[in-house]
Amino acid sequence: MHALLGICGFIAIAFVILITVFLAVSGVPAIKEIGMTDFLFGMKWASTAAEPSYGIFPFILTSVFGTSGAIILGVPLGILCAVFMTKIADKRIGAIVSGAVSLMAGIPSVVYGLVGMIVIVPAVRSVFGLPDGANLFSAILVLAVMILPSVISMSETALRAVPKEYEEGSLALGATGTETIFKVSLPAARSGILAAVVLGVGRAVGEAMAVMMVSGNVPNMPGIFRSVRFLTTAVASEMSYSSGLQRQALFSVALVLFVFIMLINIILNIVIKKEKGS
Amino acid sequence: MKKIKNIIAGVTAFSLLAGMTGCGGNIGSVDLTDSSVSSGEERTVSTDGSTSMESVIGFLSEAYRQKNGVKVTYNPTGSGAGIQAVQEGRCDIGLSSRELKSEEAETLNGTVIALDGIAVIVNPQNTVANMTVDQISKIYTGEITNWSQAGGDDAPIVCIGREAASGTRDGFESVTGTEDKCKYNQELTSTGDVIQTVASNPNAIGYASLASVGESVKAVSVENISPSEETILSGEYPIQRGFLLVTPKDKALSETAQAFYDFCTSSEADELIRKAGAVPVAK
Repeated sequence: MHALLGICGFIAIAFVILITVFLAVSGVPAIKEIGMTDFLFGMKWASTAAEPSYGIFPFILTSVFGTSGAIILGVPLGILCAVFMTKIADKRIGAIVSGAVSLMAGIPSVVYGLVGMIVIVPAVRSVFGLPDGANLFSAILVLAVMILPSVISMSETALRAVPKEYEEGSLALGATGTETIFKVSLPAARSGILAAVVLGVGRAVGEAMAVMMVSGNVPNMPGIFRSVRFLTTAVASEMSYSSGLQRQALFSVALVLFVFIMLINIILNIVIKKEKGS
Repeated sequence: MKKIKNIIAGVTAFSLLAGMTGCGGNIGSVDLTDSSVSSGEERTVSTDGSTSMESVIGFLSEAYRQKNGVKVTYNPTGSGAGIQAVQEGRCDIGLSSRELKSEEAETLNGTVIALDGIAVIVNPQNTVANMTVDQISKIYTGEITNWSQAGGDDAPIVCIGREAASGTRDGFESVTGTEDKCKYNQELTSTGDVIQTVASNPNAIGYASLASVGESVKAVSVENISPSEETILSGEYPIQRGFLLVTPKDKALSETAQAFYDFCTSSEADELIRKAGAVPVAK
């Protein structure tokens, strides 16, 4: 039995190693050929042009901006929703909200994309009077909704773990309920909430399907109402047709994305370790 | 706290994996397909290539399976990848919705089995009903940016196109002479996405295989010729391309593959090709 469990554990590690090695091996050659600076900081991506150029800086910026936007909109909403579920709502309503959140986590990303494409894109177009609604802003809206479940459930766990005595102490000293939530409960749960934010970042950076359907996919430098392409969608939209250096360059884009996610994971670990230490 | 950390690590790893699979359905097939034997199995024919030919090849293979019990597999990878697959012997017949390039034609034969018109589509609310090829290319290169310059209402033009290396995009850009010069507002990855987007945006213009265009969008006439089977076959409708079967020159097809090839090029296939929305070439 122990051996079996050991094998199962090892398989997980094997997959991670396999993916890492695969990405490194297939991603590095193109970066070498194109040149690190030209690849990472090149402004123009025209992979199928007669004179192709492979600069992914627009993709990197788009991913960074898109993720930041989603965090700015999604995280406060998620945290406040978790506060409502754990501290304010009575048990029955809390359970309903909690159920809705888990359901939300289970919705496939293509469905978010579809709703975004059919509802959000036309809505953004008419609300802002734009010629076209498929842009960074629409992608941010969709991503903000998509990160909600992970942010809410992580924050919820963190808030529930705050010892009751803290809050009771605060109330006994004469603080109001609201003061207690914002000055005692949330600060006490901050490491968990920080983890929720980082998790949200990870989710937003890695999302491909939904943003592909609402962002327009043109390799422009990012602007809030411009059609943009993310790191993920750069890979997804061209991979099926690509060949030669273009294909290798797409692997390199995937490698960059992978490094991003690795960094996020490392930051997450540091944050949690630091909190535990203090 | 350790528990939470593990959960997070797990979820992050999972979303990474999910992201990866989302990123490229084909990542796995890149190197692995080399080992998959294409002609080893007796009674199957493998085809690989153009996504635009999906419906044509679907009709043909289904009819062929019912008739002869031979299974025809289809791997929708795109024209370029399909041609490459034949060159490397990874499939029996390649499918291409563009002409072979001269260096490809040295080792491969391309046979046109059907013609496909690329319809230029606009939103049904749009009053423009006819355009010239010149106008279309100016719209896509950004010289014309308002519908009033093309005979329509005063509204900005939103250019919808396909992703780089799509067969439809290649066909459209080569006919309109706009290769590498198009300024798109959106580059979408499927014909359905293009039609959906044009249907939902009154300012949009897009292009799609005529076979896929339905009621939700309006196909405009080009040079006063409306796209239809007759005008495509006669060559009057200018924006059209061929659907090709690509076979190696130096190596004979397997018996099964040759039989399917003969079936596709026989007059028997005409009705099926028509059903699939394309125009069979005269035989």
